Amino acid sequence: MKLADTPLTELRACPHCDALYRLVPLRSRERGTCPQCNHVLVSPRSNAFRRVIALSTAALVMLAVALFTPFLDLSAAGLHSDASIWDTAMTFSSGYLTPLAVAVVAFIIIIPALRLSLILYTLVPLSLNLPAARHAAGAYRLSEILHPWSMAEIFVIGVAVALVKIAGMASVAPGIAFWTFAALVIVIIWQESFLDSEQIWSAIDSSAPRVDEGAA
Amino acid sequence: MKEPILTARKAGLVACTRCTRVYPPDVDKCKRCGAPLSSRNPDALQRVWAWWIAGLIAYIPANIYPMLKTSSLGSETASSIMGGVIELWAHGDPPIAIIVFVASIVIPVGKFLSIAFLAYSLKRPTSMGRHARHRLYQVVEFIGRWSMIDVFVVAITASLVQFNLVASVNPGIAAICFAASVAFTMQAALAFDPRTIWDD
Ligand SMILES: [Zn+2]
Ligand SMILES: [Zn+2]
Repeated sequence: MKLADTPLTELRACPHCDALYRLVPLRSRERGTCPQCNHVLVSPRSNAFRRVIALSTAALVMLAVALFTPFLDLSAAGLHSDASIWDTAMTFSSGYLTPLAVAVVAFIIIIPALRLSLILYTLVPLSLNLPAARHAAGAYRLSEILHPWSMAEIFVIGVAVALVKIAGMASVAPGIAFWTFAALVIVIIWQESFLDSEQIWSAIDSSAPRVDEGAA
Repeated sequence: MKEPILTARKAGLVACTRCTRVYPPDVDKCKRCGAPLSSRNPDALQRVWAWWIAGLIAYIPANIYPMLKTSSLGSETASSIMGGVIELWAHGDPPIAIIVFVASIVIPVGKFLSIAFLAYSLKRPTSMGRHARHRLYQVVEFIGRWSMIDVFVVAITASLVQFNLVASVNPGIAAICFAASVAFTMQAALAFDPRTIWDD
């Protein structure tokens, strides 16, 4: 069997179904999919690191803007109120609702921001052909672990639903943060289309300092 | 032309599920990404069931207690998840009622059933093929997070109406239970090892 004779460094196993896959050089926009379950294993893009860095930086700035500007403006019976995500968190920062405030801020701001920062920390030295940053492997691994817990896009739908829900009792309009968040979702989806784990892992692997191998 | 599928386990190798590299079976930590290696995690199924039960326990009060408490001119009304859906349907928009109903009832219940079925079917023969079960796993993994919508809606609604003198709206205890339930079932789905679907 040919697959069994391939050197281990050129073999990969699908994380979803364990099928072995032989790495073959692919061109930009080509995809290597699992022979058994069709999971995308390799999807290289040219200039990927620079593009991911640019888009991640943009996304971080947008998160900061979205944190402090109002996401909905509400006026009812001559009264006006608007709320930023920061205000939302502070409203519930005491009493039994604290865990809710912490969870909401974590899912929509802290985790996305941490994930973007970890990706930048990993990719900036690599794109400059410098040795990988200290603990780059751990940093990128953590960014992948955080992926399912980063919920900015779900929040955008949540705001839209709230908008319609409140529209019955008051007049509401989306604020700056709503549009920033909506754009942020597009930037994050775009950024992810350039993120090829295999490309990043092999870059970390080939540029990592080899001195402390076997230690610890 | 086409080689038969060979899994890392059948080839006597152990694979990293984080970065996909493969190693001889005695290696216990991935040299590339540092993730712990195991051909199949022996207690994965127990962790799936533990998170599943925790999620179900949290889902019960999430449906009984109020999600949103509204006090307006001295009178207080509280609505549960289902109550909120009915209210939206009656006074608001049916499409929004459907979004909330799907995110808060259909997806969580479907997720409980799907994870239980996937875990149960590993030990017993089922009529559902491997490809279909794998697809079910992918759907559960993809869609589970979207249940969080209602938690965000409640938090947003409450914080906006908070400072209004006419009415004040507060999240109820069910919002916390519901958020916990979604997080626990996400953990259950993450603990499930889909590679075991394909094992003989
Ligand atoms: Zn696969
Ligand atoms: Zn690895």
